[in-house]
This record gives sequence, C-alpha cells and structure tokens, in this order.
Amino acid sequence: MHEWALAESIVMAAVEEATKEKLKTITQVTVCIGELQQIEKEIFLFALNELRKSQKPPIKKDAFVLRTEKSTLTCHTCGNTWKFTEMKKKLNITDSESIHFIPEVVFVHTRCPRCGSPDFEITKGRGVILSSIKGVR
Amino acid sequence: MEPRTSVIEKRLKNIHRIIAVASGKGGVGKSMVASHLALHLAKQGHRVGILDLDLYGPSCHIILGVKHQFPTEEKGIIPPVIHGISFMSIVYFTEEKPSPFRGIDISNIILELLAITQWGHLDFLIIDMPPGIGDETLDVIRYMKNSEFLVVTTPSKVALGAVRKLLSILIELKKPLLGVVENMTMSDSAFIEQEVQRLQVKYLGKIHFDHTLEESIGNPDLLLKTQVMKDLGRALTTIQL
Repeated sequence: MHEWALAESIVMAAVEEATKEKLKTITQVTVCIGELQQIEKEIFLFALNELRKSQKPPIKKDAFVLRTEKSTLTCHTCGNTWKFTEMKKKLNITDSESIHFIPEVVFVHTRCPRCGSPDFEITKGRGVILSSIKGVR
Repeated sequence: MEPRTSVIEKRLKNIHRIIAVASGKGGVGKSMVASHLALHLAKQGHRVGILDLDLYGPSCHIILGVKHQFPTEEKGIIPPVIHGISFMSIVYFTEEKPSPFRGIDISNIILELLAITQWGHLDFLIIDMPPGIGDETLDVIRYMKNSEFLVVTTPSKVALGAVRKLLSILIELKKPLLGVVENMTMSDSAFIEQEVQRLQVKYLGKIHFDHTLEESIGNPDLLLKTQVMKDLGRALTTIQL
C-alpha cells in the first residue's frame, strides 16, 4: 500500500492549500496521476477517502476526481518520443515494480526504443500531482 | 501543485536527530564513516536508520553487507532492519545497474523517498551524502531542516579545497555543523586541524588509514572491530551525540 503514502501527501497538501485560502469546506480535489507511477486507482481512492475523514477544513465525500495523464518520454540523443505503455510489456515484473515506487528508475531499467540511449526525459505523466481544489469560503 | 513536500515533515517527525555525513570531495570515505557511525550508534542501543543518498554510486549496502532485502509495503515503504539499522537506499530499485539521472530526477527521487518512507521512531537517521554541494545537499537542507552535518575530509590539500567550499556554504546557511573528521591519515600532520579551526569549525580528530579495512567490508561484526571504528568512536567523544 505505497499508494497510501501518496494519498496522504495529496490530502495534506489539499488541507494546507485550503487553510491558506481560508476555505471552510473542500468540495473538490482533482488529482492527476502520471501513468509512469502505475498507481492502483482503487487502492489510491480508498486511501484518499479514508484519509479525508477528520480533516480540518473538512473534505466532502466524493470530492476526489482522479485523472490519468499518459506518459511521454523524449530522447535527448535522437529526439524520439514514446509512451511508457508501449514498452511496459517488455519489462519484467521487478523492474516495472521499481518504476512504480520511484518513476525515475525508468532511466535505469529502460532505453530509448529507437537508438538505445539512456539519456531521455520524462516530459509528461511522471507521478501524482494535485491539479486543483475547490471549496466554500 | 507538488503534494509530496506536504508530508515530509510528518514522515520525519519521530526522528530525534538527522546527521548528514558529507564532503565537498568524492572518495574521502563518507560512506565508510556513515556506515561505521550507524553501527556505532546502534551498538550503543540507539534506534538508527541510514538513508543512502548517493544515488549514482550507493555503497552503504556493500559496506554493511545488505543483500536480498526489500522494503515492506505498509502505508508507504518500511525499510528493512539490518544489523539493527533501518536501511533505505535507491539500490532496492536500481539493483546494481548504472543510474543515469539528471538534476531534476535527483530531486524527484529524494522527494519520493522522503514522502513514502515510513521510518517510525528513530534516535538517529544517518544520511550518506554524495560529494559536492549539488541537488542532494540543497534538497537535504531544504526538506530536512533539522539536519546536522558531519563533514569528512582526507589529509590532502586537494580534498580540503572542495571541503572548504562545503563548509563555507553550510556556515553561510547557518546549518548546524558537528565538525570535521580527517579520514585516512598516514601522518601526524596538524595541517587539516589548523585549516578547519581557521574556519571556526570543530575538528573532531583523525581516522588512521586502515590497511585491513577491506577485509571487513560486508561484515558488520568485523566492522565493529576496525581501527576506523576505534578512531571514529574517539572522535565522537568530542561531541555530544
């Protein structure tokens, strides 16, 4: 349940932001989940809903909106761009699991599919981001 | 918005002291000092953790003989306890493959490790820092506000040149400095001691070059008996840990 730790960071960041903005209730929290992190959405949502209880300001039930962001990887050597899903099938479970914990180890376990370079960049879809929050003042 | 920074304080709140073992220069024995320090404190009955932040070339796992281990998943990841030390390293996720990370990746990895690692209650968390004053050092200063620095140098003027820069920036940033330990000494020269004192930093002492150290690597029971351990223990008596 590594998802729990990430969910906790979302809830704490949302509460922090809402406090700054003097919101009395948080009505919507939109979370962008980068494909590379391969989050189990059900577990993540369960964790978010458990953690939302007893927060101040309160977070309304069903406030969490989850959006997945497709990954884009760009090679610095040859300019190729590709998606993690295109190469995931070729990865063994251990390497894929490692990328789930630390997305940057994609540079360790994979290479540019066109030129074989390890020098590429995660341009989109890395991990979990708090996209926006809405609430009532 | 980056959410991980919001949870770091909570993850570290039950850690009494954080000691970053650092140097401006590579190859001065930071990992060796960090590993010995952790073993020394664990032997005294303290609850100790190690976070190896040398992401390109982690080596604490080699020194401490950590093999075939992986963190447990429980509301994050719980580091395995090895020889009484909660041990966290990128090596669980990279194995022994090369790690071609750029600066932004380094910061992301550190944030991720700090956000998901559940250390629990520790008396000491020892951080094995990479050389220099790059992303890792700046991130430790930024995210681990209570960290104290133990700086390692060798007797070489070359090492001291880079170490002096690290000390200057730590002094400028008003970071707590435990002092400087002089590692791998082969003479009684007072050069490093005088230079360190000139910066008004505490000189902790010498760790003599140990010809037999290599034979103890990977075996904590042997590491506890090395000359390095004896000298480090003596150096640590000059500060309150």
